[in-house]
Amino acid sequence: MTVTNTAGGRESPWAATTQPAPVALREIRKSFGSVQAVRGIDLDVAPGEIVAFLGPNGAGKTSTIDIILGLSHPNRGTVSVYGMHPRQAISRGLVSAVMQTGGLLKDFTVRETVEYTASLFARPRPVGEVLNRAGITGIADRRVGKCSGGEQQRLRFAMALVPDPELLILDEPTTGMDVEGRRGFWAAIRQDTARGRTVLFATHYLEEADAYADRIILLRHGTIVADGTSSEVKAMAAGRTVRATLANPDPARLSTVPGADNVEVRGDTVLIHSTDSDAVARYLLTNTQARDLEINTRGLEDAFIALTSEDSQTPAGGSR
Amino acid sequence: MTTQSAPASAAWSREAPGLGGFNVTVLRLEIRRLLRNRRTVIFALIFPVVFFLAFGLNKAYAGDRYGHGNVSAFVMISMALYGAVLATTSGGAMVSIERAAGWSRQLRLTPLSPVAYIVIKMLTAMTLGLASVIVVFAVGGLTGKPSMPMYLWIVSAASVWIGSLVFAAFGLFMGYLLPTENVMQFLGLGLALLAFAGGLFIPLSQFPHILQDIAQYTPLYGLNQLVHAPLQGVGVQLGWAVNAVAWLAIFAGGAVWRFRKDTARV
Repeated sequence: MTVTNTAGGRESPWAATTQPAPVALREIRKSFGSVQAVRGIDLDVAPGEIVAFLGPNGAGKTSTIDIILGLSHPNRGTVSVYGMHPRQAISRGLVSAVMQTGGLLKDFTVRETVEYTASLFARPRPVGEVLNRAGITGIADRRVGKCSGGEQQRLRFAMALVPDPELLILDEPTTGMDVEGRRGFWAAIRQDTARGRTVLFATHYLEEADAYADRIILLRHGTIVADGTSSEVKAMAAGRTVRATLANPDPARLSTVPGADNVEVRGDTVLIHSTDSDAVARYLLTNTQARDLEINTRGLEDAFIALTSEDSQTPAGGSR
Repeated sequence: MTTQSAPASAAWSREAPGLGGFNVTVLRLEIRRLLRNRRTVIFALIFPVVFFLAFGLNKAYAGDRYGHGNVSAFVMISMALYGAVLATTSGGAMVSIERAAGWSRQLRLTPLSPVAYIVIKMLTAMTLGLASVIVVFAVGGLTGKPSMPMYLWIVSAASVWIGSLVFAAFGLFMGYLLPTENVMQFLGLGLALLAFAGGLFIPLSQFPHILQDIAQYTPLYGLNQLVHAPLQGVGVQLGWAVNAVAWLAIFAGGAVWRFRKDTARV
């Protein structure tokens, strides 16, 4: 697509440029009473990236987003948005957001709501243009209270477009929408992001992250459990680990085993990660002296299952 | 792709708006929205006029002399005060609805500063208050019954309007205190009671002594005395001013306290 594919360089993010990162979180922690919502998140988002926060409810997605937006303040750690305090970045129109629910007044019309928002910024986009881009020109004179959930969400999107932000944050933007509403909403977002805007969105739908993000961050229990491109994360999530006992294993030879992604040797123990564990097991049993075979879903896959299933109450550390 | 370099430089050229985001468009939209609320309009603009027509034109007493004018003028001022108080309270209490709807939170994603927001709410409330005073005085003038020198029309209307600032603060305080969309249902009743206690509907002299003593400490008492003083042609008593200023301080202090709590770091 666009330069957003520079996402691969995030290990040494934009070191060559002098522009501060859209988002830089260091050791962020946030508790609500005894509940630790965010437990030490480090995150750098590079310009032009489209990043998905993927995780179930309670994984810390919204808490982290609230911190990036300055709506809540971490107990520990530092937040920087374009090198500034979030509040300053918002005042300058660098960052805007589409929140999950609420935030609209029923007795304003769609146009009035956008007009109101536009009047607050130093250099807003024209109201007509914003309505058009969000695909709500046709309902501009409708009262907000009479709009469907999908229409209200597109209005929130229009409001977020008003400052023409560098960074757009979407917190579970399609929650409660039907398929059509969801498709329309993402079509509007996609059209917009083709212009090189940095986007960070939270979702608990794997498909949404897969379809729209070029970097997926898996969150669980307030920590990042995986961070990579969609295909990287999927490969990690889809794989299993075959564990076997093998005398004098040769790592180089083992890495040629059909289907092996990753080989780890610990003494006589061999761990082979693969998306086709059956093939690996068959090979080990037929072509080597391997014994005591175990096939495990582990690590990320555990996390992934925990993430994608409603029941995420697996004890911490259970993925070891 | 060729536009990719644009955002990098744009990040630096961006600026925050002046006055914390305060502007006239917002004020216009706020007032339009307030007038769209049927209950608010009935409370603030229609009730006081109806009350004036009901109590201010009675042939039995309306034409009687009172201070520099007549009783009809006295009633008109009372009803203008009642209307202005309802109007400014409604305007201030809008924060309750906006907090319930999550609008206040949404505004935190814009450059609007909390102080600018409060100023907008106060100005909106005061604008509706002014409308209420003007409507009552205009209807009064059209009936031809209220009689007082021209300067007293102006002085009385102005003092009613300025006095209603106390209740804009009251509305804000209640708006932050009561987390409900129906805040005005409570406040409408509460204000009616305060209006009785302040002597807006019935002269306090007709109350039993003990009630008269208590009434002197209620929030509409001082204001009611003050706004009628020019017509009455009497000097301002210190107690009235103390009453009005003390209640203004209590309501404004309460609003600031709740407002701070609301915008506190979480």
